[in-house]
Amino acid sequence: MELDPLLLSRLQFAFVVSFHAIFPVFTIGLASYIAVLNGLFYKTENPAWDRLALFWTKVFAVVFGMGVVSGIVMSFQFGTNWSNFSQAAANFLGPMLSYEVVTAFFLEAAFLGVLLFGRGKVPQGVHLLAAIMVAVGTFISSFWILSANSWMQTPAGVELVDGSFRVTDWGAAIFNPSFPWRFAHMVMASFLTGGFVVAGVSAWYLLIGRDPDANRRALSMCLWLLLVLAPAQAVIGDFHGLNTLEHQPAKVAAMEGNWETRGNVPMLIAAWPDQETQGNRFEIGIPNLASLILTHRADGEVPGLADTPRDEQPEVWLVFWAFRVMVGLGVAMIAVVLAGLWLRRGGRLYRHRGYLQVLRGMSVTPFVAVLAGWIVTETGRAPWLVYGMMSHAEGVTPSLTGGMALFTLIGYVAVYAVVFASGVYYLTRVVRQGMLPEDEEDHGEVHRPMRPLSAAHASFEHDAAPTWRK
Amino acid sequence: MELFDLSLIWALIIGFGVIMYVLMDGFDLGLGILYPFAPDEAARDVMMNSVAPVWDGNETWLVLGGAGLLGAFPLVYSVFLPALYIGVFLMLAGLIFRGIAFEFRFKARRSRRWWNRAFCWGSAVAAFAQGAVVGAYIQGFAVEDFVYVGGALDWLTPFTVLTGLGLMVGYALLGATWLILKSEGHVQAWAYRIAPGLLAAVLAVFAVISVWTPFVNEAVRSRWFDHLQLIWILPALALACAAWLWSALRRRQEGQPFVATLGLFVFTYLGLVASKWPVIVPPDYTIWDAASAPESQLFLLLGVLFVIPIVLAYTAWTYWVFRGKVKVGEGYH
Repeated sequence: MELDPLLLSRLQFAFVVSFHAIFPVFTIGLASYIAVLNGLFYKTENPAWDRLALFWTKVFAVVFGMGVVSGIVMSFQFGTNWSNFSQAAANFLGPMLSYEVVTAFFLEAAFLGVLLFGRGKVPQGVHLLAAIMVAVGTFISSFWILSANSWMQTPAGVELVDGSFRVTDWGAAIFNPSFPWRFAHMVMASFLTGGFVVAGVSAWYLLIGRDPDANRRALSMCLWLLLVLAPAQAVIGDFHGLNTLEHQPAKVAAMEGNWETRGNVPMLIAAWPDQETQGNRFEIGIPNLASLILTHRADGEVPGLADTPRDEQPEVWLVFWAFRVMVGLGVAMIAVVLAGLWLRRGGRLYRHRGYLQVLRGMSVTPFVAVLAGWIVTETGRAPWLVYGMMSHAEGVTPSLTGGMALFTLIGYVAVYAVVFASGVYYLTRVVRQGMLPEDEEDHGEVHRPMRPLSAAHASFEHDAAPTWRK
Repeated sequence: MELFDLSLIWALIIGFGVIMYVLMDGFDLGLGILYPFAPDEAARDVMMNSVAPVWDGNETWLVLGGAGLLGAFPLVYSVFLPALYIGVFLMLAGLIFRGIAFEFRFKARRSRRWWNRAFCWGSAVAAFAQGAVVGAYIQGFAVEDFVYVGGALDWLTPFTVLTGLGLMVGYALLGATWLILKSEGHVQAWAYRIAPGLLAAVLAVFAVISVWTPFVNEAVRSRWFDHLQLIWILPALALACAAWLWSALRRRQEGQPFVATLGLFVFTYLGLVASKWPVIVPPDYTIWDAASAPESQLFLLLGVLFVIPIVLAYTAWTYWVFRGKVKVGEGYH
């Protein structure tokens, strides 16, 4: 069998970046939540807020640590598998990615240590400031990454000279056309992720009757927040889609499963897009709705895939179905938060076991939705690496063989399986340990290494004595 | 724009980052290599505790270097990484395993054995891969028209295996002298016992590489032998550091052996740089050929000049906070 280094490299990048993305998506939302909790404690002096902040900071520490470990690989992927692209796009991408690293280190060096280990050692206001700065830092980090990615989707501010991009206008390149909506959509997604995870864990604690006062507060707060965020995300997603329609019509055509450019396009609920026959083998949809959403007119014209040459079309079935997964989960999220609003009458929210179980299950959905969304936007860009300017085939490392790419793909899957299994397992231990009464939190005089993971104290195994009792 | 040679400034920054990384991650990788030979589990705890607070800060420099190369010298990035494809993967896998081993070993009981192994093997593989990178850099790369055209395992030759093993021994020496500084009692006595043998091994590899390199690489030969220059002072200083280390070990000094080993590394590194300068992608491309556009180098320089002092200050502060001996049975928890 002929191994295709291009396909394997795409799979490898998709794998390592998806694996990595899980962590920052969560930590961005969680960092803001922790800052809010610290702020509430600062203002009200209510110890429940402090306990919540302390617990979620531990979770944050573990997830942040795993994000850093998996992130090291990302900074080398561009060179190992996409060296022609790296060489060509370095003038813009190099500074963007480096600024992300610089931001992350600045954040870690200056504020993360204070947030994780400074409680009780620095004035409360300084601790709050550190929490806020960590949250701000996560936004700045994602700003650079999303700017770099958006530039690859809608390149601007550059000219191609002898096969490499020269930046002619930094402002135009950084704030390229798709960046504002992508950034807004992603930040919202991070908030939703943080919100649903906190809500899910709080619901679970309520189910087993642990620390009900603090967890009711946390759950109520999350659901109010999600009540605003989940519908807002739908609106932002719609604008992001209109932006894509303007700049990448073929991607929208694939998302809608629409082959011919025409009016009165239905919104397909399900279909079997077939690239061979350039049509849908079967479809069910709501008449005129896609036209209505995209053009705000029932007979509005929606671009079709037929406008794009066959070999420049993205993998339609993947874009089509990933889009439905994302939107479907988004609708489910809105339904769940609306149900929560209704259950608030008479305080049933905290007692309704079925609803709490649903919330528990919902805590994984934002991760799935985020990855599905990225599959839509990244696969939908194919075959372009830099949209309209450089294809995947032009960007891949010329010396790369299928065997080499397969070797490292299997290798990364194996390494990450171990990391992920250990990390998630450990995280469940931290969550099971839950919020400790305050006196047990105090560790006295120990040499505390200033590292993210050491902010969590749960033992790795079930039967081991908790290390803080030593 | 023409007031400064931005490529030169960037070469200094990257060069500084590389040696910072080698010195700082070197001793904690070295401890990982020495790990299976430690006299007992208590000694292993001390070894881990002595680097636990600082190791991830040490690896900061690697990530900064990777991203900085893409920004400032994309040719290095887009030639070295494809050429060293398999080696880079092994290094990253090694670093990841030892990274998580650091975190979970302390929290584990039954599975501790496995985390010990992950720490040791991860460190050894990462150190070997880094040494092989140095060897491959001395050898040079098959590059045509700014694109790597060689094979997947071109980098793996007897010469690079030697440099890989050499760096492992060198890191082990750094680890042993670090342990002398940070430990006491039977752990320190063990470190004193193994250090002279490691030094002898380092010097042996040093000698073989010094003799071999001029044969591997024509340009290096002419640099060193055609016109006798001041650069011979570098290997002389490296040897002086080795002699100082030897005597400090005999005198049972605690701090001096580590400092002397750092000196040995620095002068060897400078000797290597002097062999190649200003070529950055051997055999043909100089730092100016490999550079990104000046506006990109300048844009990035602003941020890096801002953050490097902060990272340095933070690093120094961490080392200061965790100064002093690590005793058996105390420390981390």
